[in-house]
Amino acid sequence: MKRRTLLASAAALSLAAGGAFAQDVPKVGFVYVGPVNDGGWSQHHHESAMKMKEHFGDQIEIVEQESVPEGADAERVLTQMALSGADLIFTTSFGYMDPTINVAEKFPDVKFEHATGYKTADNVSAYSARFYEGRAITGYLAGAMTETNKIGYIGSFPIPEVIRGINSSYLHAAQANPEVEIAVVWLNTWFDPAKEADATQALLDQGADVVLAHTDSTAPLSVLEKAGAYGFGQAADMAEYKPEPRLSSIIDDWAPYYIDRVQALIDGSWESHNVWQGIGDGMVGIGEFTGPIPDDVLSHVTQMKEDIASGAYHPFTGPINKQDGSAWLAEGEVADDGVLAGMDFYVEGVTGEIPN
Amino acid sequence: MDPVLLVVSIMVSATPILLAAIGEMVVEKSGVLNLGVEGMMITGAVMGFAIAVGTGSPLLGFAGAAVAGAALSLCFGVLTQYLLSNQVATGLGLTLVGLGLSALIGSNYEGQRAPSLGRLDIPLLGDIPVLGRMLFSHDVMVYASLALVAAVWAFLRLTRAGLILRAVGEDHESAHALGYKVVRIRLAAIAFGGACAGLGGAYVSLVRVPQWTEGMTAGAGWIALAIVVFASWRALGVLIGAYLFGGVTVIQLNLQAAGTTLPVEILSMSPYLITILVLVIISARGVHGAPGSLGRSFHASS
Repeated sequence: MKRRTLLASAAALSLAAGGAFAQDVPKVGFVYVGPVNDGGWSQHHHESAMKMKEHFGDQIEIVEQESVPEGADAERVLTQMALSGADLIFTTSFGYMDPTINVAEKFPDVKFEHATGYKTADNVSAYSARFYEGRAITGYLAGAMTETNKIGYIGSFPIPEVIRGINSSYLHAAQANPEVEIAVVWLNTWFDPAKEADATQALLDQGADVVLAHTDSTAPLSVLEKAGAYGFGQAADMAEYKPEPRLSSIIDDWAPYYIDRVQALIDGSWESHNVWQGIGDGMVGIGEFTGPIPDDVLSHVTQMKEDIASGAYHPFTGPINKQDGSAWLAEGEVADDGVLAGMDFYVEGVTGEIPN
Repeated sequence: MDPVLLVVSIMVSATPILLAAIGEMVVEKSGVLNLGVEGMMITGAVMGFAIAVGTGSPLLGFAGAAVAGAALSLCFGVLTQYLLSNQVATGLGLTLVGLGLSALIGSNYEGQRAPSLGRLDIPLLGDIPVLGRMLFSHDVMVYASLALVAAVWAFLRLTRAGLILRAVGEDHESAHALGYKVVRIRLAAIAFGGACAGLGGAYVSLVRVPQWTEGMTAGAGWIALAIVVFASWRALGVLIGAYLFGGVTVIQLNLQAAGTTLPVEILSMSPYLITILVLVIISARGVHGAPGSLGRSFHASS
């Protein structure tokens, strides 16, 4: 009897302590697809998380898990995080979408934020950046700087985000140089430096002299540097490759969003939403322009950046045809977010087929 | 598609797995199964990079990578040869240790640049049109890896020491009865395998990519292990396997870049499909060539 009382009171005590703890200090979880020092995507999410943590100090607790494969493993990691008392979990890769939705169903009191996806639930928000706005600028630079009239694009997975990037890059490369061709190589991975380096070399061997990467490491830039070709920072500034081969970069800045959402969690005002922010909101940053960019090109891309930020220019403005020649956007028409979010077709001029 | 550039790319892409696989083949020939190739490669990659950055000499980097790989493999050696731990489990553990250790050592080297290993322009041979550029203007490690394959072949086939190593791998009881030091011979083979894996890893971080990124060998060690089986434990087979695998990988990327209409999925799958296909053919022939004592622990008393 005595022992039972003891156990019961111990349980009550730990429950109370646990409850009080959870109330006092919200626990925020982050799940990354690559190592937190990949120099690109995951590193930027991690750094933004650290900035957020710095902002709140002891008001919150933070847990992180890196190099989590997309798929079944992600579901296990998310369940573990939710069980260990996380109140808000950021899942920072497209492939975590279904695992996030599945786990969120099992933990209605835990809030989730999924990056770059399109599915939401009462306790799952979706947040993404309009990277295609940045791609418009790097694409224009690629078109202006290529001498062989061939630019390369290293694709990770054939998902809408990457396809938007290819289309936006090509459309603006063709604005700068109507002769330009784009060659796309799919790697089916976000992070594999050796494969990324091989793909870059393959594109160079096939005559490309500017390569845009949509994978997470800096390997493409190190190969481009050796070959004297050009490239861009992806997800991070990749400033160590200034001034060449890196001409500019698309920088993801998640910190303001993370601060905003964690504040909402603390205030109790967190609600599920689906946001898509771009250069204007500061979620997409354009890194300093470096290297031998001619003055007229420089002023054009600077203007373009301002116009995109102010909303005066949308990178998908008609007339634009689909790859098969059928009309997509009429003269002056702007693509609507629904079509962009699910984009599964190339625009006219891009060669090759999208893998299923 | 320019065949000259293609061959050059294939040779660069195949060299890391060739180095790791030829080392592992010698280890397996001595009757030891070391599944820690990936861990030794990544350790070699980070140590090679760190030493090359520190000293400014890529060759010293390679030397350091070989030493680091050998040192790590000797941990495996002591555990499996003296303490008789299970080779499969210890090898897997070695991979995990290597991945963790390299991430720890490498965290200060992110984003740094290593001195590059210059091309060896061989006079006369390098001036031959087409072939010169294709075969005779690589960096020194490409030739070293090829020389190593030839040396391993000659060692196993033509020397007495090679015969003893094979005897130990085929039947360690008999070799022991004949008075050979089974454990010492195996430790030497394990260290050689570790050094080769270290060199292969350093080739990735110093030449192929060239930079340090955590987890950068991305499974190359496992491919090296598969190539040893694919090669039926023969040096020439290892060479063919590594170049075939490197070749198919590079060719599929080039085909994509050239805008071929072949489906990407099939192209990406092809290196693995070919490996499976060859394994099926080998086993259908009924000759495996696996050393008789492969993976079995040896103790003089048993």
